[in-house]
Amino acid sequence: MTYQPQNDFGTPASRSDEMVSCTIDGRQVTVPAGSSVMRAAAEQGTAIPKLCATDNMKSFGSCRLCLVEIDGRKGTPASCTTPVEPGMVVHTQTPLLHKLRKGVMELYISDHPLDCLTCAANGDCELQDQAGAVGLRDVRYDVHATHLGREIDHSNPYFDFDPSKCIACSRCIRACDEVQGTLALTMEGRGWDSKISAGLASDNFLGSECVSCGACVQACPTATLIEKKVVEVGTPERSVVTTCAYCGVGCTFRAEMRGEQLVRMVPYKNGKANRGHSCVKGRFAWGYAQHQERILKPMIRASINQPWREVEWDEAFAYTASELKRISEKYGRHALGGITSSRCTNEETFLVQKLVRAGFGNNNVDTCARVCHSPTGYGLKTTFGTSAGTQDFDSVENSDVILIIGANPTDGHPVFASRMKRRLRGQDGRPSAKLIVIDPRRTDIVRSPHIEAQHHLPLRPGTNVAVLTAMAHVIVTEGLADETFIKERCDWDEYSHWAEFVSQARSSPENLQPVTLVDAEELRAAARLYATGGNGAIYYGLGVTEHSQGSSTVMAIANLAMATGNIGRRGVGVNPLRGQNNVQGACDMGSFPHELSGYRHISDSDTRRLFENDWGVSLDPEPGLRIPNMLDAAVDGVFKALYVQGEDILHSDPNTKHVSAGLAAMECVIVHDLFLNETAHYAHIFLPGSTFLEKNGTFTNAERRIQPVRKVMTPLNGLEDWEVTQRLAQAMGLDWNYSHPSEIMDEIARLTPTFAGVSFDRLDEEGSLQWPVTTDAPDGTPTMHVDGFVRGKGKFVVTDYVPTNEKTGPRFPLLLTTGRILSHYNVGAQTRRTENVAWHKEDLLEIHPVDAEDRGIKSGDWVKLASRAGETTLRATVTDRVAPGVVYTTFHHAVTQANVVTTDYSDWATNCPEYKVTAVQISASNGPTDWQEEYEALSERARRIDTVVPAE
Amino acid sequence: MNSAARLVYMANQIATNLATDDDPVSAVANHIELFWDPRMKRLIQENDKAGLSVVAAEAIHRLAQAHDAA
Repeated sequence: MTYQPQNDFGTPASRSDEMVSCTIDGRQVTVPAGSSVMRAAAEQGTAIPKLCATDNMKSFGSCRLCLVEIDGRKGTPASCTTPVEPGMVVHTQTPLLHKLRKGVMELYISDHPLDCLTCAANGDCELQDQAGAVGLRDVRYDVHATHLGREIDHSNPYFDFDPSKCIACSRCIRACDEVQGTLALTMEGRGWDSKISAGLASDNFLGSECVSCGACVQACPTATLIEKKVVEVGTPERSVVTTCAYCGVGCTFRAEMRGEQLVRMVPYKNGKANRGHSCVKGRFAWGYAQHQERILKPMIRASINQPWREVEWDEAFAYTASELKRISEKYGRHALGGITSSRCTNEETFLVQKLVRAGFGNNNVDTCARVCHSPTGYGLKTTFGTSAGTQDFDSVENSDVILIIGANPTDGHPVFASRMKRRLRGQDGRPSAKLIVIDPRRTDIVRSPHIEAQHHLPLRPGTNVAVLTAMAHVIVTEGLADETFIKERCDWDEYSHWAEFVSQARSSPENLQPVTLVDAEELRAAARLYATGGNGAIYYGLGVTEHSQGSSTVMAIANLAMATGNIGRRGVGVNPLRGQNNVQGACDMGSFPHELSGYRHISDSDTRRLFENDWGVSLDPEPGLRIPNMLDAAVDGVFKALYVQGEDILHSDPNTKHVSAGLAAMECVIVHDLFLNETAHYAHIFLPGSTFLEKNGTFTNAERRIQPVRKVMTPLNGLEDWEVTQRLAQAMGLDWNYSHPSEIMDEIARLTPTFAGVSFDRLDEEGSLQWPVTTDAPDGTPTMHVDGFVRGKGKFVVTDYVPTNEKTGPRFPLLLTTGRILSHYNVGAQTRRTENVAWHKEDLLEIHPVDAEDRGIKSGDWVKLASRAGETTLRATVTDRVAPGVVYTTFHHAVTQANVVTTDYSDWATNCPEYKVTAVQISASNGPTDWQEEYEALSERARRIDTVVPAE
Repeated sequence: MNSAARLVYMANQIATNLATDDDPVSAVANHIELFWDPRMKRLIQENDKAGLSVVAAEAIHRLAQAHDAA
């Protein structure tokens, strides 16, 4: 479509069920009670001039442009702050209003630069539009005092701030307050001296508390805050609605384009996950798509000691297929496997697992969810009957108590965190929701502007199950369990068994305090609040799953929700915050080695037959290898070939040395990615990938929402990723003939009951659909387990606390836990190739002042971080965000290699690695470790590409 | 940890976490049956079982019997 700005109704929609009718400019309009006159007018297609109003924030009433006349009322009220009333007769265009508006606009323009033709917002400027709308033709004032000529703040890598163009409407300040919830911006000075300030007067935007979400840029009606890319390229001429490829929130964006050039990503107001908001990654950090380090041609080499040789696609596919066939014939079909990507689309993921099962002839397929949310799959399937979160994101608006455990949403899931913070600040006149945070660190959400957690339980890493059992002890022994709900919805015998277990004195908060280090009284108060505070919603992340008892913790969470009746309606539930954009989808698509799409076990003959008949092959009924099992089998010499799509296991998986050894033992490692990532050091074949901007498909976010990904530019490498997998399958002799990803989705729907009603046409009509989409629920399922659990009766599972075997001791006295930061995404392959490095150039080690002083360490010092698995060096930052005895770092930078230090310990049920608990020692250091130096040399050697010199 | 030792470690870890089940031996055997690949199952049955806990050893024994019967 040609470029149109998104509709702006001026003020937010009213949620009232009561309807009110009034007359605007002679036309009757009916709107929900509480709607503003401006909104009612916009809904009937009447645009009242406005500057300070926009529909994702409360009305402000400062610009005096939206004045109207109302029969029977004196004066000219602002339409943005005047609610409609029954029978009201409104006039939006009268001689008086024309004169008033023109006068107001004349004042604005008298203090605004008249450089429209060379202004970056020319043609996309509300001030310019409104000057036209009110008929301003000249400015009569001979102005001597202005606020023009001020210095432009270029500090933010993505947008400029030109205070001279500011009209002091405060939209940016209110966007930061109401939409993002950071409250970084303020109005400094008065009159001509008024200026938007990012924090202190001495701060520029980059140095301030601004998180660069861009809500202010989107809100600005002039060119005061404007994307650098618009300044450089010009305004967009078309837009395409698509889905972000970063975290599991799954924000909907409009990719605003000029030809095939992306000008900017603007969050889409109708996006049901993000409701028009975004973070710094989704909105701005897409420069990696055109980064010079992208590999655009296939490459092969016989040995990893050789440089790469560029080849054409045909040669690449023929060579890859011949290698896979050779290895299968020599070592047997079980020597092959594949890894699907949570960064790729559902359709691509489905094809990779199909290639492994139907082409390689085994079930050796796994996905990176193995190392993040596989315990969610196991735990929620066991207790509730399906491997997914229970709510949609809108549900948080009805929560009264929010319990966050092992998640850092302001960094990991920032757009949902903003929605959560809105509820925590109080919304629509309702009292604010209460907050409980269970986390070893004092994450930002524990205390942020207008938000303070009622309870922060800073537990010792590795004791989640003990803390949750102690909470269950309080709920059961103090008579706070919802027995009516339990009797109706759960297995009562299993509940009784569980209740008896948690009621034992050994599970009391007091008894477990020495283990958990959580104050017993504080824990009791938190348990009481969750059980009695109204709608209780649990949100959790990898701080729950990435432990030796990750699956037990997920089940303990489910137990708590069932025991308190917090399941099956809006405002409650158990909600895993998924790490990558398509973790949910990758799991749904049958990426795990033990199950086909829709979480059906491979040993189930009926399910297997369904696929066998559709695919025309016979399937192995035995589960295949999980990623860590593949690496073990490789070291044992029996696993020889691996196809890795969109993953970097050498960087992201634990115990780097073991991963290296596994990869080095294989004869054919195929990396299908955008860049020569770390895993590619050990690869023999490189198949260049395409970005989310270059392909069609779907992603499924943390709320089970299936959303379209739309191609906005031609793939630089020539093929979409699903085409690469298809061409490889064809080279191996499989008769695949998909002409579009929609045909792959049709196959998924045909073979997967929970996707039965999903198709690209339906997604185009609805925008998105939350599975299950079935005959019974043709429009999808926002809330799960409403009338009953998917498995029938909810299952209480006794989860006994078992301490991890990763113990601290004299040599390794501290516990390391790892996580993410706002500006970077996982292994950083994308974000390190954007300007986001301005915020986070390197991984830092957080250490408590007491531990730092004991070791003579100051902020900024290089330190050696050593564990039983390995050692690395990085710089320290001394902070009391971490408790004494705990240190923390991120894993975004390959040069740090935090996973050299993490161990082989893993979740008992799923082998999800225990990233969150590693016993370490910290000491002063004056340089990189031997491993880091050797690794740097390896990286340099492994990335060599032979340049073919054309014959003279 | 080599592969054989790791499999013993994993089986024991499963047994420890399923110790509160009504029938821990069946639960452990069932878990391994559902989630381990054939080679892992074969290796733990063939290898030295000295390091296995009582429940894990019984579960592996039961898996071997089921395998022989099949």
